[in-house]
Amino acid sequence: MGSKHKQTLSTLFAARKKRHDKLFFGLVIGAAAYTLLMVGLVGFSVTKGSIDIFSKEGISFLTKSDWNAVEGRESYGAYPYIIGTLLSAAIAMAIGVPVSLAIAIFISEIAPPKIGTALSFLSELLAAVPSIIYGLWALFVFRFWVLDLTEKPLYAAFHGYLPFFAKTPFGLDIFTAGIVLAIMIIPIVSSICREVMRVVPYSQREAAYSLGATRWETVRMSVFPYVKSGIVGASMLGLGRAIGETILVTMIIGNVIGPGAVPTSLFSQGQTLASLVANEFNEASSNLQLSALIALGAILLVLTMVVNIVARILVKKKAKIKSGAQSQ
Amino acid sequence: MTISASKNYSDIVSEIVDKKYRKRKLVNRLVTIGTIVCVIAAIVPLASILLEVVKNGISAISFDFLTQPQGSIGSGGGGVAPAIQGTIIVVGLASAIGTPVGVLTGIYLSEFAKEGFFPNAVRFFNDVLTGLPSIVIGIVGYVTIVLTTGSFSVMAGALSLSIIMMPIVVRVTEETLRIVPYSLREAGHSLGLSKAKITLFIVLPAAKEGILTGIVIAISRIAGETAPLIMTILGTSLFFTGITGPVDALPLRIWRLASQPYESAHSFGWGSALVLILMILALSLGLRLLIQRKSYKPVT
Repeated sequence: MGSKHKQTLSTLFAARKKRHDKLFFGLVIGAAAYTLLMVGLVGFSVTKGSIDIFSKEGISFLTKSDWNAVEGRESYGAYPYIIGTLLSAAIAMAIGVPVSLAIAIFISEIAPPKIGTALSFLSELLAAVPSIIYGLWALFVFRFWVLDLTEKPLYAAFHGYLPFFAKTPFGLDIFTAGIVLAIMIIPIVSSICREVMRVVPYSQREAAYSLGATRWETVRMSVFPYVKSGIVGASMLGLGRAIGETILVTMIIGNVIGPGAVPTSLFSQGQTLASLVANEFNEASSNLQLSALIALGAILLVLTMVVNIVARILVKKKAKIKSGAQSQ
Repeated sequence: MTISASKNYSDIVSEIVDKKYRKRKLVNRLVTIGTIVCVIAAIVPLASILLEVVKNGISAISFDFLTQPQGSIGSGGGGVAPAIQGTIIVVGLASAIGTPVGVLTGIYLSEFAKEGFFPNAVRFFNDVLTGLPSIVIGIVGYVTIVLTTGSFSVMAGALSLSIIMMPIVVRVTEETLRIVPYSLREAGHSLGLSKAKITLFIVLPAAKEGILTGIVIAISRIAGETAPLIMTILGTSLFFTGITGPVDALPLRIWRLASQPYESAHSFGWGSALVLILMILALSLGLRLLIQRKSYKPVT
């Protein structure tokens, strides 16, 4: 009779265990479904918000340069801002990627571990600074450095022959925005580059050293081939950031609207997709204008999504080597 | 072949090798110097940012600055108290949504469904969400809440910020839980515990440190967001009136102050920036203390 009692008790426990597990599973799968729901909500909101302008302007919204909010003559086009976004991001990449790569090489291949750790900590600190503070600093401090130390000399030296430097520099322009974006993406890009380089099995480097290679040759011949796609992926993640950054760019790019926003030189004042949304959102005078602004967001969404998906695929490829390398 | 001739020959060879080696060494040295220059170039902005924020911010901060609403424009009186309050409320509310959902989703991905269509979809779209610009996520708060309720509101801001936060927490939780040794879970199973209990009382505490760090990173990230707030909480110069009304936030206030033409406004902007940085710093220092006090290290 004792055993019978035991049995009922254990079935009771088993039932409770099952109930707990069911409840818990419901909870976690509910949370997972909620994240998916939020993704859906993003898609829905952006589509719903931009449907007005796309049904009025159609695909020509992407190629037109007007931005006219006057009632009765409303006409909107995203072309100058797409160009502005791509150009400022391109400058950011051109400066940010080589510097990030150099920093990653220094930390993972050259520096003694202690300095490497300290630098990693600093770059984490830099990554934690909100972009609004970068913006404040860029607006009141850094733009004068850019103006005096790079733009004016470049203008003086090249404005006669090279069209990209053919505009009197002012400090608040696409060039400055690109440089500050570069500063902003360096911590992220360099830390991912560092991670992928760390994954390269040490035996690869030893093989190169044993053949008498110098440190640079070792990096070039036995580290780079392994991490190429990882570096491209890291750069593209940085590109995604640079394309989508809003407030920082809004503060320093000069904010012009309409056909004049198509940049004619690196020192042109410009506008990006994100910065125009930030600038005009609270001052939009009609629903069509709001819809046009949300449509700029839609373009941004598609652009960053493509860039990020490609980037993740490239970085993930590297992660597969990781497990093999560690199990050695 | 005589001995002297062979010596001569090897001399020539070693000379050529030496010459080449010198050049290779030079290239190596140049690259090393180049990388060091890049490191310094990256440190200079950080130093300058911190220096300027502290230098310009400290003179703006006073008791009034932290407790009073803004005075009339350009006068330099008053403070940014509504912005501090607003940041705490909006970020707090967003974290209250984002943290549990993020941690539970991370648990689902790591403990319940490693492979399969649904978890892979969750993982993929989570990554997509991480990469979206925050201004795009601001549109969600605007279209779903501001347009339907007819008012800019704390709710809309908290919804948007929670969407920015979630994917970061999901990722960190999943990755940290994966590192917890399997033997811990087996020990739980051998005691006949339910999976819920194993996960909540064994696996999660073992991964506490990493998950908390991830949560703090996510909170710091959303505390500094400006763009989505423009479209959701609007920013007022008044204190909090309710979650269905607009409110101010520090990043938004900094942006507005920086675009005013007054010296006093700029000074307030730097002061707000210092307060924001200190709040974020306090958060991560608080975390460090918490972790140090009751650190639990799994035996592997």
